[in-house]
Amino acid sequence: MKTVARSERWSGYALLTVMAIVVVIPFLSVFLASLQPAGTPVVGLTWPERWSWDNYETAWSVAGFSHLIRHSLIIAVGVVPACLVLSALAGYALGTMRLPGGNAMAAFFIAGLTIPVELIVVPLYFDLRSLGLTNSYLGVILVEIALFMPFSVFWMRTHFLSTPTSLVEAARMDGASSATILVRILLPLARPSLMTLGLLVFMWSWNQFLLVLVLIQDTTKHTAPAGLGFFVGQNSTDIPTLAAGTIIVMLPILILFVVFQRSFIAGLLQGAMKG
Amino acid sequence: MGSRPPVRSREARRRWRGYVYVLPAFAFYVAFAVLPALHTAYLSLFEWDGVTLGEWVGLGNYAEILQDPILRRSVFNALVLVVFFALVPIVLGLLSAGLLARYRRPGMGAYRFLFMLPQVVPLVAVGVTWRWLYGDDGVVNQALRAVGLDSVARAWLGDFDFALIAVGLVGTWVLSGLCMMLFLSGVQKVDPSLYEAARIDGAGPVREFVSVTLPHLRGELAVAMTVTTVAALASFDIVYVTTNGGPGEQTTVPGLLVYRLAFSEGKVGLAAALAVVLSVLILGIVYLINRLSRDRT
Repeated sequence: MKTVARSERWSGYALLTVMAIVVVIPFLSVFLASLQPAGTPVVGLTWPERWSWDNYETAWSVAGFSHLIRHSLIIAVGVVPACLVLSALAGYALGTMRLPGGNAMAAFFIAGLTIPVELIVVPLYFDLRSLGLTNSYLGVILVEIALFMPFSVFWMRTHFLSTPTSLVEAARMDGASSATILVRILLPLARPSLMTLGLLVFMWSWNQFLLVLVLIQDTTKHTAPAGLGFFVGQNSTDIPTLAAGTIIVMLPILILFVVFQRSFIAGLLQGAMKG
Repeated sequence: MGSRPPVRSREARRRWRGYVYVLPAFAFYVAFAVLPALHTAYLSLFEWDGVTLGEWVGLGNYAEILQDPILRRSVFNALVLVVFFALVPIVLGLLSAGLLARYRRPGMGAYRFLFMLPQVVPLVAVGVTWRWLYGDDGVVNQALRAVGLDSVARAWLGDFDFALIAVGLVGTWVLSGLCMMLFLSGVQKVDPSLYEAARIDGAGPVREFVSVTLPHLRGELAVAMTVTTVAALASFDIVYVTTNGGPGEQTTVPGLLVYRLAFSEGKVGLAAALAVVLSVLILGIVYLINRLSRDRT
């Protein structure tokens, strides 16, 4: 009995380990390729004879990834705070006040979770162009805020639903206005939820591709993923430089992931559960 | 008596005032997501090149989607991708959950970290990476040659028969970890005494999985199906970067055609119609999954 159970457990770990190896190999492969001498043909997983970090310099300056990264950051810096503020306000009202039609309103936001970018990107291009907002970061920022709003509102509403009502009631008895209750009492308590939401929104903003591809057709204004997508079409022969560029595009989000692992993973799993 | 109506109306006004907090989020959401979605539905009824005046064609674009082999093919391909983006990851996730259900699991943190990696990096970077892995000199062929399967090695993404499968497996790579972690965290919430009870009743591992583990994972299962199916149907980034639909139209997906039709072929109305079809498909499947998972609980 016990040996059967043990073999079962080991087969579980064996499966997870095989999976983990399969997950890691592509990352390892592209990382090792990025260290080979520029312009040389690279075969699969090859340990570099000499670690040539110059590919990163080339990709960074010559291939323009410094600009691409900066553009991505501009957009994320516009999107993340706005998402946090707007969804905290809406989530507060939908989660703690008994608004007339509040549930229908919440459902209206939740319905937005199923909107794929494909559904909105075509008219957005024409509408924003007539407003002069194509090839502009503002245009992308506005659309991304809207795109992430269903999840953000849902996330913050769920958070506020779980805060004890007695807290709000007691403050109201003391004559605190709804704004005071939010700013003084609830927001400090919401910091962990806000931080996780901020990380998720940053990630989605950073990874956004189709929207940027359509709204920013001026390639000098591209974001990191769009630039990489463009770069691969232009320059698919120089594997080491391309690999270095790929790593550069992944790096900011990977660093955040390493630092905030717990919030990220909890957010992704819970976020999926809620979505 | 005389003072009651004002009190009530003040109360009502106070309740409505909460909408002040909802309004900014609502305005953004409606202006830049809901209205464009409706605008797409409207555009789908026109034949329009994006420049000159559009011509009303009613449901003509939808009829064209049914008739045009490439458009139909793209929807079919998206459904094939569901197998690789949804089915395979879910089976792998269930397998791991089933195998590890009854144990406290030390070392899970490291697995969690690794499995979540493909979730956080941009899909474009994933696509670029796999383009290289699948190439002539990539890891996939290197591994095949190492075990003497030289004859099998090929440029996978350029292969007429294997390109779609190859693209699908990238989705498997991205989404399997999420499914696993969902199911493993779901399994952790199962009361261990249920497994003991099952064991006392003489249940084997399979029986235990079917009657204890699986029923407890219903919620997670619905979630995993929803997330992965939507990812398959709305896929764009990976396909655009790895194959751009080729060879031929072997790996075309609706997302790719919406982009191509609207922005390089000047068929905006048709693109809009395809976007609507795609969204209706997604909505229908999400609804179905939720319905099925709720009915049985």
